[in-house]
Amino acid sequence: MPRLSADARHRIRARINGRAIEAEAEPRMLLTDFLRHVLGLTGTHIGCEHGVCGACTVEIDGRLARACLTLAPQIEGSEIRTVEGLAPSPDRLSVLQEAFRRHHALQCGFCTAGILVSLDHYLARTPDPSESEIREFLGGHLCRCTGYVPIVAAALNAAKKLREAKPHA
Amino acid sequence: MKPARFDYVRADTLAEAHAVLAAEGENARVIAGGQTLVPMLSMRLARPKVVIDIMHIAPLAKIAEEKDAIRVGAAVRQAELLEWPALAERQPLMAMALPWVGHAQTRSRGTVCGSVAHADPSAEIPLVLLALKGEIELSSRRHKRRVAAEEFFTGLMSTACAENELIDSILIPSRRVGEGFAFREFGRRHGDFAIVACAAVAKGNSVRLGVGGVADRPVARDLLDLDGSALDDALDTLAWDLEARDDLHASASYRRALVRRLGKETIEEARRCRA
Ligand SMILES: Cc1cc2nc3c(=O)[nH]c(=O)nc-3n(C[C@@H](O)[C@H](O)[C@H](O)COP(=O)(O)OP(=O)(O)OC[C@H]3O[C@@H](n4cnc5c(N)ncnc54)[C@H](O)[C@@H]3O)c2cc1C
Ligand code: FES
Ligand code: FES
Repeated sequence: MPRLSADARHRIRARINGRAIEAEAEPRMLLTDFLRHVLGLTGTHIGCEHGVCGACTVEIDGRLARACLTLAPQIEGSEIRTVEGLAPSPDRLSVLQEAFRRHHALQCGFCTAGILVSLDHYLARTPDPSESEIREFLGGHLCRCTGYVPIVAAALNAAKKLREAKPHA
Repeated sequence: MKPARFDYVRADTLAEAHAVLAAEGENARVIAGGQTLVPMLSMRLARPKVVIDIMHIAPLAKIAEEKDAIRVGAAVRQAELLEWPALAERQPLMAMALPWVGHAQTRSRGTVCGSVAHADPSAEIPLVLLALKGEIELSSRRHKRRVAAEEFFTGLMSTACAENELIDSILIPSRRVGEGFAFREFGRRHGDFAIVACAAVAKGNSVRLGVGGVADRPVARDLLDLDGSALDDALDTLAWDLEARDDLHASASYRRALVRRLGKETIEEARRCRA
């Protein structure tokens, strides 16, 4: 049980988007700042920084988490996925990302990173959601631009495309 | 908004967590899911010297079936209890209320016991625990004790948990034959804290009704053998007894109206579901 002292920076090891990382943080550093400032992964956005908007959503050990409600030392030894990990390759969008583009599911894009991570996680576990289930699930995110309608449409469309791609599921 | 400085301890055993709590007292703070504590740190409403992470203490990560209760350890997340296959069968009221606790994106991190420890007057889990007459198991370096939910919630976000103690687990009573349950909540959006929430346990002709979001803590009352206008009168008395106040979200009279209306609906539904 090492006690990480408040005034020093401490080595933190984790896997992020399949890559092992090792970097330093004070105990009080939020995961949002650790990702953005220390690791340069600026895809994760910061909206409210106190848990209400969902812009900072990432996956930690297979569960969704608000990065602004996570302390950097809490991720020691964990497996993290961020929005940077969604596209299959640098020049291709995922099915969900492509659906967001087609449906104009983003305007300023501030909320988008968090919503994409969240929906990617959700659709992998709920392949055939109803519109009201998607709306309920999106309750954990705030979007100030779109009015949600195109986001819901993109999610339903992505779900359909993903089902078609995997016929035996 | 960044937290002030603190030490961080990842406890591997309960004894380690107890030792830090014993040494640091009010300067130490347990972190479980962090869904309430981290915003408080960021807004500097809480400024502990040391934060103790209890999520890696293996024995606390269990859901266990005991004779008359479900034991939920302090490291069990709300989503894990909701996904536990036996929940709806063993305790339907908790299964009904859990989807109302925040959002999928916060239930995935927030713990069941963390919500009990925080004791928000609008929180669903403390309300259900009180309605079911559940218990809270506390431990410190030298002692272990069990407190009934009735005695645990002592006021606005205050509980019987002492500075040197932590919640080990809670005991959620299992359903008994002949009981019916219902849960209703009114809020601006699903996932927001409740303006008024009601949880009812019906057995025979009597019913126990818990109300959250109105008084400074959840309150439960046993209503014996009441129907029709006698039940309406009892609900009216309860609504006034809770001493509702006006705030940003709702006026006191609106809250009283909700207690009468939602209370009645919840009781009627619980009676219909008796099995
Ligand atoms: C957007 C949002 C919406 C929410 N909506 C709701 C809602 O509708 N209803 C609701 O009930 N909650 C809601 N919450 C809060 C809920 O998500 C938290 O999970 C819960 O209140 C605290 O659990 P936690 O595990 O996150 O605790 P933490 O944040 O880690 O801790 C909370 C407090 O409890 C103490 N504590 C935690 N565990 C223990 C323990 N085992 N022993 C002693 N002390 C302990 C901590 O020291 C701290 O003071 C919401 C949160 C967010 C961010
Ligand atoms: S920035 Fe994390 S929830 Fe808003
Ligand atoms: S696109 Fe601007 S907040 Fe959602």
